[in-house]
Amino acid sequence: MEKSNLNEKTIQINSVKFHWSNKSKFKLHIPELSIDKGEKVLLLGESGSGKTTLLSLICGFLTPLSGKIQLNEKLINDLSATKRDQYRSDNIGIIFQQFNLLPYANVIDNILLPLYFSKLRSANVSDQRETAISICQSLRLPEDIVNMKASELSVGQQQRVAVARALIGNPPLVIADEPTSSLDTDAQNIFLDLMFSQVANSNSTLLMVSHDKSLSSNFDRVIDMKNVSVKEQ
Amino acid sequence: MLLKLTFNSLYARLLTVGMTVFAISLSLMLYMSVEKLRTSAYTSFTDTISQTDLIVGARTSSVQLLLYSVFRIGNATNNITWESYEDVIDKKEVAWSVPISLGDSHKGFRVMGTNNEFFKRYKFRGGQSVELEQGNSLDDLYDVIIGAGVAEKLNYSVGTPLIVSHGLQSFSDHDDQPFRVSGILAKTGTPVDNTVIVSLEAIEAIHVDWSTGAKIPGQITPVEEIRQMDLSPKNITAALIGVNSKLQIFQLQRWINEYPEESLSSILPGVALQELWRIVGVVENLLLGISVTVIFTTLIGMTAIIFSSLNERRREMAIWRAMGASPKVVIGLLMLEAFIISVMSIILSTLMLFLTLYVLQPWIDNTYGILVNIEMLAVKDIYIFMLFIIAASLVSLIPAIRAYWFSINDGMTIKI
Repeated sequence: MEKSNLNEKTIQINSVKFHWSNKSKFKLHIPELSIDKGEKVLLLGESGSGKTTLLSLICGFLTPLSGKIQLNEKLINDLSATKRDQYRSDNIGIIFQQFNLLPYANVIDNILLPLYFSKLRSANVSDQRETAISICQSLRLPEDIVNMKASELSVGQQQRVAVARALIGNPPLVIADEPTSSLDTDAQNIFLDLMFSQVANSNSTLLMVSHDKSLSSNFDRVIDMKNVSVKEQ
Repeated sequence: MLLKLTFNSLYARLLTVGMTVFAISLSLMLYMSVEKLRTSAYTSFTDTISQTDLIVGARTSSVQLLLYSVFRIGNATNNITWESYEDVIDKKEVAWSVPISLGDSHKGFRVMGTNNEFFKRYKFRGGQSVELEQGNSLDDLYDVIIGAGVAEKLNYSVGTPLIVSHGLQSFSDHDDQPFRVSGILAKTGTPVDNTVIVSLEAIEAIHVDWSTGAKIPGQITPVEEIRQMDLSPKNITAALIGVNSKLQIFQLQRWINEYPEESLSSILPGVALQELWRIVGVVENLLLGISVTVIFTTLIGMTAIIFSSLNERRREMAIWRAMGASPKVVIGLLMLEAFIISVMSIILSTLMLFLTLYVLQPWIDNTYGILVNIEMLAVKDIYIFMLFIIAASLVSLIPAIRAYWFSINDGMTIKI
């Protein structure tokens, strides 16, 4: 598959070490990991292998004990907590496994929420409402869905709205943490197709975590946690 | 957008939030009601007597003199002679005076001998006069005017005959000289409501056959004969005095206190009322204590409610964080919630207070003689509200800080 910018790295990780202060048994050590701009990467791994911890590090929720994490060639682990929050808001769209939306807010407010925190992404959107509706349509969501309460949507619809929210304002990186795990096989394929086309439209890099190897063929590259992390006891 | 979403979030938990707001409103209303009653009771109390400059009685403490002369509680240590009273009122500083003679009773209500000056000069609640609601003034020797409370409790009307008892808890009645209700006073909310008023001459008349507190055995003077007698008072219990110039009050007070012929006391009613209020003020402090405890309990209740919702809202906070909200925003959201809840509670409690006061005001006035004014919120109330909002926001910091730690540690792994 053709890459837009083959040499540009969206994620560059070097010698990253992390462990929870209260979990002495779990230690994560990633000597090297890089993801190119525009790549669609599947991160595979068993439960407890450190996938979600790695995502938390990339998103700046956690900081490594040592090593470097660069996003778009910006070293993020040296940034203050506030700046990391801002950097995440500007550069990363996040899709959780489930319960992605604020249940009491309507769909449009959920989709536009990242723009409230990121001026950068907000500047990429000329008409916020129109853009949100357009993304929803591309994701084959009903036209009137934007005015519905998030709690009124089906699980599949909620996940697609989460994709719309992650992509609004064209963030360079989209991170999805097992977004298909609550969907059946048919819905999974439809969801992935729609997500891929939208990620491609916004020229974003996609890093998706799953433990389902059958999804591998849909991605540019598959990274297994076993191969990137070093076991430490 | 944050405000809108906070409102949405609160609306989504309408039942819980509504119950919280209602509980806080009730507590705040209780506090404000207690405050209102406290200040109204104080005002009603200190307004029991106004525009009287001095009260003169036999040598005693100021509180005791006030208690028996105005509140009709307790007894005078001694009477003062009419001569001494005349010496006092002959002073050029004295503008007016009302003599009072106490000591007898009627079915538990105090009987007070006075003259018609009393109705003109006795003022309460910042200058209101006692007024006859029914009947006439004391025209006949055996006429009585009764307070509204007496009329209501004994179910008396104009023309009802009554017998005055000797002393306060005596079984001997002045039944040879029956009285008749000539007038009933309008309600005042003061001890006058529970007073039976007769003329000074009537007090003399009923004691014609009495000597040193006991009936002279076998002596019954016919009423017709008594009517012909000189019934000028020989003693009185106390006197209310008004002066020509306020500047002369202390001068006159000193003169009375140093009166050589008889041991007299003169007191400033306002000062004595304050002194007395300080004694009963323990209750006031108790009420205040209860009010503050109520507010404190309310705040803890609100914190508990925010706390209990915290765990189920961990996912929501993770979403906020994922969107780029800093942990400070998460703290801010919870504080904003507490702020909105407290403001809504204040509005609701104020509405409930006014509604309750509007409904209960006549009943409180009639039953307890306390006039609770329905007026706009005072500056003090606004301060209390502001303090409550600040306190509520600060107290909400406790769950907010916990949410802060959740949001820092949870990252993308929410353990629910």
